[in-house]
Order: sequence, then structure tokens, then C-alpha cells
Amino acid sequence: MKKIGVLRFLGTNCDRDIWQAIEMVHGQPEWLWYQDQFDPNDYAGFVVPGGFSYGDYLRSGALAARTPVMKSLQEAAAKGKPILGICNGFQILCEAHLLPGALVQNEGRRFVDKWLDVQVSTENKYFGGADKSFHLPIAHQDGRFVADNVDDLKSKGQVWVTYQHNPNGSFDDIAGVQNESGNVAGLMPHPERAMAEWMGGSDGLSFFEGMVS
Amino acid sequence: MKFGVKVLPRKQVLDTQGRAVEQTLQGQGFDGVQCRVGKYIELELDASSHEEAEKKVKSVAEYVLYNPLIEDFEIVKGE
Repeated sequence: MKKIGVLRFLGTNCDRDIWQAIEMVHGQPEWLWYQDQFDPNDYAGFVVPGGFSYGDYLRSGALAARTPVMKSLQEAAAKGKPILGICNGFQILCEAHLLPGALVQNEGRRFVDKWLDVQVSTENKYFGGADKSFHLPIAHQDGRFVADNVDDLKSKGQVWVTYQHNPNGSFDDIAGVQNESGNVAGLMPHPERAMAEWMGGSDGLSFFEGMVS
Repeated sequence: MKFGVKVLPRKQVLDTQGRAVEQTLQGQGFDGVQCRVGKYIELELDASSHEEAEKKVKSVAEYVLYNPLIEDFEIVKGE
């Protein structure tokens, strides 16, 4: 079974869901505590779960991005290991400069919590499989994606998924982006909350299957 | 030595908090008042000179206090 590292910071709260999601696709999850460092070669991939690391103090993801475990994650990213950041995990990857752009408060200033449809703009080789659209839940207050040059991201194939109906004012409806080589990706929707029909849908499965196959 | 760091959302970025304050002011006798909401961070540090301290404050600001994609910062003279 392939081992997937699951990062945990103070205030991470989707970690157990990610653990379950990885087990559901027959991967072997392992916790990676924020104070620890690790050898990237020991893992097939990594997930940075959502939540409220450091209570969103200073800026969402800013403090978590500067912890010891992230030094190892930077190495893992450079080695081409697949890394998926979800919600606060996406914010952390942006703050760590592993992904472009930043996530600021929703345009409507409210926390948004609902199921919606996202479309694949540029396919990612690890996450999401060959599907072209997904029905997934979102739950966030700071999900408005901003970047200096969105056209540049588009031309480099870094815009990964977009909302069909923009819930937060994100530039160009962007819901998720990837780095230039595609091994690091982040999105605001929560695939780990869409793993079975009884949860409301199973479109999330393909986000975890790619890492363990 | 004590220094302050002012962090404000960049003009190009929609400042949701500032907009909320502006909307509250509208129709209350403060029409046309523009508002941006940011942070003021106080740093206290040991340094042999003012210049050295300011250099340190700048590197702290650049390391974590502000995100250049969405914010600008300004160092406020220390005591």
C-alpha cells in the first residue's frame, strides 16, 4: 500500500476526513506533525488538509506555511512528489509559494457552505482523473483567489478547476490551481467530503485515487 | 527598540472590510469617505543601532508579516 503523508497543524480540522478518504482508496495514511521534518522519499504523496491553522491569525495559512514540516514539503515538491492542498491546505501552499496567487476574504464577506459544480480547466496528472467536472462541497470564508496575472497562469496551464457559478468573487472563477509541473495542486472545494453516495456524491474519489495507484 | 509595521491591502485588491466600513458610513453624514482596513504590528527587538534594527524589522515584515501579492507594508519609526 502506498503511504500518503497527512500534514497536521494547530487548528487543522479536516485531518480525520482525509485519513478516511485515503483509506477508502486503499492508501496508507500517516500523520506528519507540524514541528517534525520527514524524508520525502518515504511517501508516495501528501495532503495538506483544511481547517483553521493558527486560527487564521495574520493571514489564512501564513503561519502554517512557515513551520518545520513545510521545509520537508518544499523538498518533496522539488522532487516531484504529488501534493494536494484542500481549502486551508490550499491557502497554506499559496503562502508557502508552492502555488501561485493568494486567497482573500470572499467578496460577499460571508462564510459560504454548499455543494456546487466545478469544471476542469487544465487536467492534473495526479488529482481528479479524467473527469471534466465535479460536484463537490465548499465551506470557506477566505476563498477568493487573486493573482497578479491570471492570463499568465492560464497560458501555463496552471488554472486547474473553475466554478460554474462563482461563490466568492475569485478571479476568473478559479477554484483550484497547480504549479507548472502539476505535482502540486490546491483547491477550495472539499473532495474528502464527497467520497460516497451517502455523503451526497462520490466525485471526490478520483482526487485520492491518483496518488495511490 | 520598538518599531511598528503598518500592513494595508493593496489598492488593486478589493478590501472587503474597508468596503463594509464605507457602506456603514454612507447615509450617516460621512458620504464619500473612503476606507481601507489593515493591521498595525508592533515589534520589540535588541539591536546595536537604529539602522540594524530597521533592517531586521524589514526582514521580519518580508518573511511573514505581509503578502506582497495582496498587501503593502510600511515601517513606522521606532522609539
